[in-house]
Amino acid sequence: MDFNFTEEQDMVRDGLSRLVREHYDWETRRAAIESDAGWRPEIWAQLAELGILGMPFSEEVGGFGGGAVDAMIVMEEFGKGLVVEPFVPTVVCAGGFLKHAGSEAQREEHLSAIIDGSRVFAFAYAEPRGRYNYADLETTAKKDGSGYVLNGHKAVVIGAPWASHLVVTARTGGGRRDAEGVSVFIVDKSADGVTTRDYETVDGRRASEVYFENVSVPADALIGEEGAALPLIEQVTDEAIAAQCAEACGAMKVAHAMTLEYSKQRKQFGVPIGKFQVLQHRMVDMYTAYETAVSLTYLATLKLDAGEKERKRAASSAKVGVGQSARFVGQEAVQIHGGNGVTDEYAVGHYFKRLTIFESEFGSVDHHLKRHISLA
Amino acid sequence: MNLEFTPEEQAFREEVRAFIEANYPKHLGDVGLREDLSREDFLAWHKILGEKGWSVPAWPEQYGGTGWTPTQRYIWSEENARVNAVMPLPFGVSMVGPVIYTFGSEEQKVKHLPGIRSGEVWWCQGYSEPGAGSDLASLKTTAVRDGDHYIINGQKTWTTLAQYADWGFFLCRTDTDAAKPQEGISFILVDMKTPGVEVKPIKLLDGGYEVNETWLTDVRVPVENLVGEENKGWTYAKFLLAHERSGIAGVARSKRGVEKLREIAANETVDGEPLIEDFEFARKVSQLEIDLAALEITELRTLAGEQAGKGPGPESSILKIKGTEIQQRLTELTLEAVGSYAAPYYHSVANDDGSNEYPVGPDYSAHAAETYFNMRKTSIYGGSNEIQRNIITKMILGL
Repeated sequence: MDFNFTEEQDMVRDGLSRLVREHYDWETRRAAIESDAGWRPEIWAQLAELGILGMPFSEEVGGFGGGAVDAMIVMEEFGKGLVVEPFVPTVVCAGGFLKHAGSEAQREEHLSAIIDGSRVFAFAYAEPRGRYNYADLETTAKKDGSGYVLNGHKAVVIGAPWASHLVVTARTGGGRRDAEGVSVFIVDKSADGVTTRDYETVDGRRASEVYFENVSVPADALIGEEGAALPLIEQVTDEAIAAQCAEACGAMKVAHAMTLEYSKQRKQFGVPIGKFQVLQHRMVDMYTAYETAVSLTYLATLKLDAGEKERKRAASSAKVGVGQSARFVGQEAVQIHGGNGVTDEYAVGHYFKRLTIFESEFGSVDHHLKRHISLA
Repeated sequence: MNLEFTPEEQAFREEVRAFIEANYPKHLGDVGLREDLSREDFLAWHKILGEKGWSVPAWPEQYGGTGWTPTQRYIWSEENARVNAVMPLPFGVSMVGPVIYTFGSEEQKVKHLPGIRSGEVWWCQGYSEPGAGSDLASLKTTAVRDGDHYIINGQKTWTTLAQYADWGFFLCRTDTDAAKPQEGISFILVDMKTPGVEVKPIKLLDGGYEVNETWLTDVRVPVENLVGEENKGWTYAKFLLAHERSGIAGVARSKRGVEKLREIAANETVDGEPLIEDFEFARKVSQLEIDLAALEITELRTLAGEQAGKGPGPESSILKIKGTEIQQRLTELTLEAVGSYAAPYYHSVANDDGSNEYPVGPDYSAHAAETYFNMRKTSIYGGSNEIQRNIITKMILGL
């Protein structure tokens, strides 16, 4: 048992922390998310240069031989600065599918482009009526000659406006919610028949509704085995859950620190409000919620390579516990900031908004409690 | 970073498991209500461990500690929880023992440490008073110097299992004019057989007698029983409380409790189906397991910090709060799980010969209500959970 980070990991954390501090200050971030592009490609290029985008991949494919702990470190630092750039969709999700199930040729084509920052992905898994069930798919991929033809509508595809490529889940067989018959494809977003409706999300990112109308893809667009991708999707989304839990921990840490600082400055009844025991104990409970969230994030991260059931239980435990902590810390941070907490001007409200949306990504608290029960 | 035990730690687990299987007293079985145990039952495992040299694992090796790493001690507590072992009581091993070897005189070490290790001498804690609970420093019991003796007068309360105690450690006021209430307190060891010491049992909600009032009337105690310096007792008391908190999370025991809860809920039925398949109930069990997993990793992180040389700090307050909340929810769910059979009062239906055979309802329902009532104490003792929040406020948040 070992909770220490390696020297290299400490260096990565320090480097990212400096990058976020020096190049991702609050006003710069605000200007970026309000710009037409909505993100900062130059930051993405910098991340590639620092080797961050290649960290979780093995050296054979041009990566740096890191793993889930490295992704955790990256996302925790991103959470502290509310970094919007699509590390999870591109590196953790698309990178994860390629790493686990991509052919030699697919890795060759896509992984090096992910690592050098030239190719950005989004993960199109959700559907308007599918909620958090990855097998509840109306999108279809029908065999057509050697390739496939895709039809369907993917919902709230985070980062899609910035992406050149999509990872798409679609049904190649079986009934609507069957475990069998689910497949994963890589689709060039500029392919004929792909249309998007792009929009801003409440937490400062960009997303799209993505429509596929008779989109032809070649046979080598398929990742892994046809019709048998559900376990692969669960593996990759558990990895995404662990990474996003780390992001939420980073955001909670800052929201708590801001609240603490505010309570020392803000005076009412002639004293700083941090002198009131009723607020002190709430800030203690926020601190405890943060610490237990960190513990569950470690658990989810360190169990990603364990047996399937253990991995799933750990990921769902984290999604439940971190989700509950995130909601509690976010709401309390706003409350203790009083009126300032509900203004757009104060940063704390933006942490609250990110923590709120975090809970609905890759399954809500209720969804993962049910999953945890089913794994008893 | 990893959560794996090393091969050496695995081997250690096998070694202690084998030792427990071979040596844990069979007659103790799977104890239900601990306060119904006899003095000998409480000490049985302690004495065996004393002979083995394993009764005080956390002590420095020069005083009889085992030299185990925090991880090994964690494994040790897990293996004992597997058999629901009646562990050595904390009053000697975790409380006064560390105070004596840290602050006591050579004579005190020689006189008292062997008896704590072996389980020969039973200790009790004289801290709280009727008027001094959370505000412990307002205590009024006085120790007045009279030649080679202190004369102690006052009343202590919540003295756990003092009915069996040979010795007690007491916080007494030795300077009534000190500038701050914390500054006039001394830490004094008292032989419980000294004339003037009177122990009166307090009946608790579960019907048991786990705690007492302890009256001290003109109790003459030799000055050599003062630990450390006069009027510095508050420092030792705080040191002791931090030690007390570090083992208080009770993770291993709660893990076993969840297993038992699942067994009960698999046996109980709702509309002909096992209770554990009832969604509302299963949801509560899963939530408890998740919170327990978070606590377990939090404790392991604290232990890792300890291994790296950081003593039990204010983080142990988190373990106390979360650990006791989980212990209480566990007993609450167990109470819910047994349904109507929570009602029969155990002490009224136990057999006259004192045997543990329980004639009403399933065996597992026998102590559900009593245990639930009993465990309400956990968020109150050892510094109430509200006091723990005050500690975190001051020591960690810096408010």
